[in-house]
Amino acid sequence: MSENKNLIEGATGFWEIVMGLEIHAQVASNAKLFSGAPTEFGAEQNSQVSLVDAALPGMLPVINEECVQQAVRTGLGLGAEIHLRSVFDRKNYFYPDLPQGYQISQFKDPIVGEGEIEIDLKDGSVKRVGIERLHLEQDAGKSVHDQHPSMSFVDLNRSGVALMEIVSKPDMRCAEEAQAYVKKIRSILRYLGTCDGNMEEGSLRADVNVSVRRPGEDLGTRCEIKNVNSIRFIGQAIEYEARRQIDVLEDGGSIDQETRLFDPRAGETRSMRSKEEAHDYRYFPDPDLLPLVIKQELVDKLRAELPELPDEKKARFVREYSLSPYDAGVLVSEKASCDFFEAVADGRDAKLAANWVTGEFFGALNKAGLQIESSPVSAKQLGDLINLISDDTISGRIAKEVFEIMFETGDDPAKIVEEKGLQQVTDLGAIEAAIDEIIAANPDKVAQAKEKPKMAGWFVGQVMKSTGGKANPKSVNELLAKKLGL
Amino acid sequence: MSVDENTVRRIAKLARIAVTEEELAPLSKDLSTILDWVEQLGEVDTDHVPPMTSVVEMEIKMRKDIVRHDNLQKQVTQNAPQSEDGFFTVPKVIE
Amino acid sequence: MTELTKLTLAEARAKLAAKEITSVELTEAHLVAAKASDKLNAYVTLTPDVALKMAAASDARIEKGEAGPLEGIPLGVKDLFCTDGVRTTACSNILDDFTPTYESTVTANLWADGAVMLGKLNNDEFAMGSSNETSRFGPCINPWKASDSDADLVPGGSSGGSSTAVASHLALGATATDTGGSIRQPASFTGTVGMKPTYGRCSRWGTVAFASSLDQAGPITRTVRDAAIMLKSMAGHDEKDTTSVDIEVPDYEAALTGDIRGLKIGIPKEYRVEGMSDEIEKLWTQGIDWLKSAGAEIVDVSLPHTKYALPAYYIVAPAEASSNLARYDGVRYGLRVQGDDITDMYEKTRAEGFGDEVRRRVLIGTYVLSAGYYDAYYIKAQKIRTLIAQDFKQAYKKIDLLLTPTAPSPAFAIGEKVDDPLSMYLNDVFTVPVNLAGLPGISLPAGLSSNGLPLGLQLIGRTFDEDTLLRAADVLEEAAGFSAEPSKWWTEA
Repeated sequence: MSENKNLIEGATGFWEIVMGLEIHAQVASNAKLFSGAPTEFGAEQNSQVSLVDAALPGMLPVINEECVQQAVRTGLGLGAEIHLRSVFDRKNYFYPDLPQGYQISQFKDPIVGEGEIEIDLKDGSVKRVGIERLHLEQDAGKSVHDQHPSMSFVDLNRSGVALMEIVSKPDMRCAEEAQAYVKKIRSILRYLGTCDGNMEEGSLRADVNVSVRRPGEDLGTRCEIKNVNSIRFIGQAIEYEARRQIDVLEDGGSIDQETRLFDPRAGETRSMRSKEEAHDYRYFPDPDLLPLVIKQELVDKLRAELPELPDEKKARFVREYSLSPYDAGVLVSEKASCDFFEAVADGRDAKLAANWVTGEFFGALNKAGLQIESSPVSAKQLGDLINLISDDTISGRIAKEVFEIMFETGDDPAKIVEEKGLQQVTDLGAIEAAIDEIIAANPDKVAQAKEKPKMAGWFVGQVMKSTGGKANPKSVNELLAKKLGL
Repeated sequence: MSVDENTVRRIAKLARIAVTEEELAPLSKDLSTILDWVEQLGEVDTDHVPPMTSVVEMEIKMRKDIVRHDNLQKQVTQNAPQSEDGFFTVPKVIE
Repeated sequence: MTELTKLTLAEARAKLAAKEITSVELTEAHLVAAKASDKLNAYVTLTPDVALKMAAASDARIEKGEAGPLEGIPLGVKDLFCTDGVRTTACSNILDDFTPTYESTVTANLWADGAVMLGKLNNDEFAMGSSNETSRFGPCINPWKASDSDADLVPGGSSGGSSTAVASHLALGATATDTGGSIRQPASFTGTVGMKPTYGRCSRWGTVAFASSLDQAGPITRTVRDAAIMLKSMAGHDEKDTTSVDIEVPDYEAALTGDIRGLKIGIPKEYRVEGMSDEIEKLWTQGIDWLKSAGAEIVDVSLPHTKYALPAYYIVAPAEASSNLARYDGVRYGLRVQGDDITDMYEKTRAEGFGDEVRRRVLIGTYVLSAGYYDAYYIKAQKIRTLIAQDFKQAYKKIDLLLTPTAPSPAFAIGEKVDDPLSMYLNDVFTVPVNLAGLPGISLPAGLSSNGLPLGLQLIGRTFDEDTLLRAADVLEEAAGFSAEPSKWWTEA
């Protein structure tokens, strides 16, 4: 069984982890799901709250058509079934940051049904993960607990912002798969432009359902780890939680189905204070909203307008640019990288562009701990550098030096080459003069070279040395061969 | 009694309405009377009847994705029983 | 001055247009009458300053020839409609002194057409009740008294303040809302005209919600013509309420042709309920005769699921209410009772803020939606609703309108049914099916009971066919010639 690699060993034998994820992705839209209030992050408290969002008496929801379309686009991007008729339900519970006393969500009839995506794993394998459903719902506001000793402060700016809840099937078996799944979903959402995928600002959050079982047995009782907000934490939370459950079971205990929180500082999950009563959300169709009916023509139109998604792009890069599947995979995994690459490759040697982007460029970013958005070198500048290589202005070796300076200073490559006088010497006369000088000074080496043509390499090195590396290597090779009579 | 006192206690908790011990018995009686009376709906065969989803047959209307509000912080918080610095304030919530 | 309060809305409109009277005079006359009527407890907030300012502005517009369709007409507003800058409570303690910063669409429409606001009217708390006895401000009293008793009577509910204000000439008309009969039953109890339009005809935006799929605003007036005039201004599509319908509002007044020849009027046999009193029965027969004499054709029809309407209503309405009233939690507005923690604060606030009937309905609604009961109660009730709507649809293949009594009895005494929820609920037996199916209905005064109290007849129309409904109501009103008035006992010292 290929899954055996994922088994973890406990004191009494092997265990398998089973995971499903619920991803909450903030829909990219100007206004909220049911009101005209803005959705920007980080505004002053309660400054982005309409009367509807604050649930004042007599307020009614009116659905934002863009949020509906974004959900349909996302459904299409996940290869999922689009439901032309869906229903908004009320999920009733009391919480200070839930002004209506209910969340408008989709319970029985979500807008998107089953789908499937592929995730790439480190060993080069590809795994399919099923999508159970996607539905639209309102975000809640935010309670701040650390401003006052006895009070919590409530900010409703997020209240009513549109979320897509994407529910996976319990198809994942190790932390790496869960992480790859979240990365892939985030990448698809970003390509679609339906969510900015920013986990730090909370635009993308994951609830991880973790259970463990003996291989081949029925599913165990699961715990839901709420609101894990980074891919690294997802890994840590799963590792911790699986180990915790195994320890409990191996000690003869049983797992309580419960909601847990991941504490990144302690690196552990802990039970949310056990609720005084079991949840009973009393879902029922929201009588303020008619069933959401969309037309097949709209779905067809949105499908036709879909951008190229990571899997298709990867295949095309392999096909058209002869990139290796690995390089192509690296490039498409993040939309920002891919956009950068495509800008660099535009009108240039794509293979060369790919090498530069995945090699020097990513290397430098990683070393500097920078995101592509804050790169000191723009796609245009890197493209210019590649132009300088292609038109023989500089050699590949010099280009690496130039790139380092670019990355440090943000200067254009042409300026650096000019100022430092790094242009390749293509003047055959100058190269010839340098060769003649070296030949004249080293008759013994000349003799050796005639015996052993491999010695020519030594001459190349000497010529490059005397020209400060700027001699065009091709010209040097050709001229040397002639002069040495090889 | 279709709604016993424990049930009253449970749904009052769900509805977040404090109910005193003395109120339980009369509430249990009231609610039971009403719920026993609605039981007559059981006489009707509704197996193949769809539940009503919209009162008047019409299509849902949608709004354009346009921001229509200025900062309403003052308006939204001005009726608040307690607020501070533009926040609503409530007894501390422990998670 | 008292002469001015005797005018109908249509008459006042004509006199204003002819500049025989001013809106300020008309408004002052009503304010004086309202102030002298504390015993009725119709107004919970009188707004004389607002009223006189609006009236003066109306007079200026009339002077400039810019009068709107309701220019200068003083109206009362049920305290369920949010009014900008004027306390709005739904007559519940939980809203405390809540003062909206916005105006409900219905009242905004009225003001835009030139109407003048006199103040806010009493109602059952959150419109839950059939007697106006559940108000935080105390019961509103019916201006009518039985000939054989001096007991204070209920004005019907939930729009008891609206029916009382109109019946006792404290306003030319009033806004009201109807979830299960809350416009029509109080109209029947007070000898006024109460019109519930088709669900979706008037916007619900800015009106405190009771049960979203049933609530509908409408007017209470003294004549059918006045109802037609007021409804025209109240109705219309509102993009803020997606359940409001986007079709043109006809000129209802123009529909009052007085001609109903050939109209087919259905008489549903299931409304002849067990124990129906002779006088109600007689009134109904009388109504049939009047319509027949006017040239309408009477058709017997069957609405087989009628008896299930009331129990279905008492599942659907409380279910929706339990959720709609969850927002009253003491956090953002209204009453807050401090507690040890957040849950304690919620529970104390809602216990103190909600009265007995509201609490009862919230608990029932919570129960029928809770896990394990949802299908048996809520889904079952919504299925019954489908059957009830089908009954009407079926009937309307053969007929244009239905005629029924509005309520099973005349007004009853304050306190008589307050401790018996079920008998209170039975008041709405003839009105509730109309809400469940979303149809328009109107109650108009058709006669007096044996002890001198008004009795109403109800006409029920097709969806969005308020024109035909009003046309027939106008003819029936003419035939009934109801002209009785309550004695003005409440103005005596």
